[in-house]
Amino acid sequence: MTNTLHRFGSSESFFDDYVVFAMCSKGRNDQDSLPKLRKFLEIAVPFKPVNLGDAIHGGALRPCKHMTPASHWERDTTPDFNAVIRGLDAPTTVAAVFDNRVSAEDFVKAVKEADLGLSINISTSIDGAEQCCFAAGIPRHSVGYSLGFEGKAEKLPDANVMLLSTMCGHGMVSHSFAKKMIDWVKEGRRTPEQAASYLTRFCSCGVFNPIRASRVLSQAARGETE
Amino acid sequence: MKINPDKCVACGNCTYVCPMGAIYIDPVIHRATIHRDECVECYACYNGLSQEHLNPTFVRTVRAIFQKLRLRFDPEPDVCPTAAFEPDELTWPRIVRRAFSDPRVPHESTGVHGRGTEEVKTNDVSGRVQVGEVGFTIEFGRPGVGVRFRDIQKMCWALAQAGVAFEKKNPVTSLMSDVSTGTIREDILDEKVLSAIVEIKTRIERTEEIIRLVWNIEKQIDTVIALGVGTRCDADGEENQIAPILEKLGYKLERAKTNIGLGRITNVSAPQPVAEAVTR
Repeated sequence: MTNTLHRFGSSESFFDDYVVFAMCSKGRNDQDSLPKLRKFLEIAVPFKPVNLGDAIHGGALRPCKHMTPASHWERDTTPDFNAVIRGLDAPTTVAAVFDNRVSAEDFVKAVKEADLGLSINISTSIDGAEQCCFAAGIPRHSVGYSLGFEGKAEKLPDANVMLLSTMCGHGMVSHSFAKKMIDWVKEGRRTPEQAASYLTRFCSCGVFNPIRASRVLSQAARGETE
Repeated sequence: MKINPDKCVACGNCTYVCPMGAIYIDPVIHRATIHRDECVECYACYNGLSQEHLNPTFVRTVRAIFQKLRLRFDPEPDVCPTAAFEPDELTWPRIVRRAFSDPRVPHESTGVHGRGTEEVKTNDVSGRVQVGEVGFTIEFGRPGVGVRFRDIQKMCWALAQAGVAFEKKNPVTSLMSDVSTGTIREDILDEKVLSAIVEIKTRIERTEEIIRLVWNIEKQIDTVIALGVGTRCDADGEENQIAPILEKLGYKLERAKTNIGLGRITNVSAPQPVAEAVTR
């Protein structure tokens, strides 16, 4: 899940973006890992994550495969954390996303106490992760730095589209859809929160941050960039 | 992936959500159509769009009336009103596209979903990158730009010539016909995927050399590259070896993935975390 490593933005812009995820390693700690992965998700809920998900079934806001015409006017945009926890049926990467450092810190402390034996990673600004580790009294084991995008960077869209689309590093949030949502917010056709919920449903492992997306959409609609 | 022309009502919603921009409304048949060579079988359209199951004739009639009256039809933008997408039966080599592009499909070589890599995310139990070593993830194609294996091979050849070690448990490595030269099997070279990650590791002293090599080769490759550099922290959780090298090279370090070391080996008779050390 390098999915979360190359999120576009400055270090400061990740103040509302903390992804904490757990995974097991095939052949090393994957036996009987399912209840531990589920426990990780359960521990997260009281700390008010903004998204929760697994890499097989998706996040807490999912596409509906049997919509009715009436549902256009009453779409539920409330994340369903219990559905994520109940739906986890095989070992995979699971993630909890927080929009503030205090919640992420408290969650990391709780995960440490739970002693699940899973590999736990924090994906955010370098300082943000260090602070979480410091608060939990954990020395960092390894660090994977993002060096950003290079090569034919001229193929990339503008900064606001990048801020939105890279929140699904698997590329499931397309550039054109992100741009369309910025335009719709700008035109007043949808609120930033509604537009963020459309984008969130495309992230297939639940690491998309709808709160950060709403903020970016609001800024972009005003013509601001980070 | 295919779109059933009997169901499609040409609403255009799918044209925006395709990460590759491979879907368009064909002006002749008035149906959404997939540009097959650009489609990477990521299934974002099939998995990401919500679905209604409306009668196509009814929807087309309503749309035609609205259009005649110049009324703006403002439906939800993430819905296929007639559930027109139908997965194709994929065969080799096209199936490789889906393996690398649809994050819900686990890679057979590693058992990991997404791009199929563990990197330093499980370093606390795998010991993949040891003290004094540096692991690189060279990711081609993301986000949404795509890459063909022929371009990835250019980088692999250069890395192999430099004598670095390709990570064995990596989906791209598993598709090499000759790991010693970085040669990828011929029959997939023209396949396009959303993104793929090459993983290597080497000694920390070679960090600058490898990055300069990547800089040189990326000019010859027609896609975007995202570099990740992973290393082991010291006993106090500090990392003072790689960051200064990267900053000297002009990188501003903004974001990282931090393994906090809570993992441990719990499988019965699992190997201890001693990975092959690199000498170069």
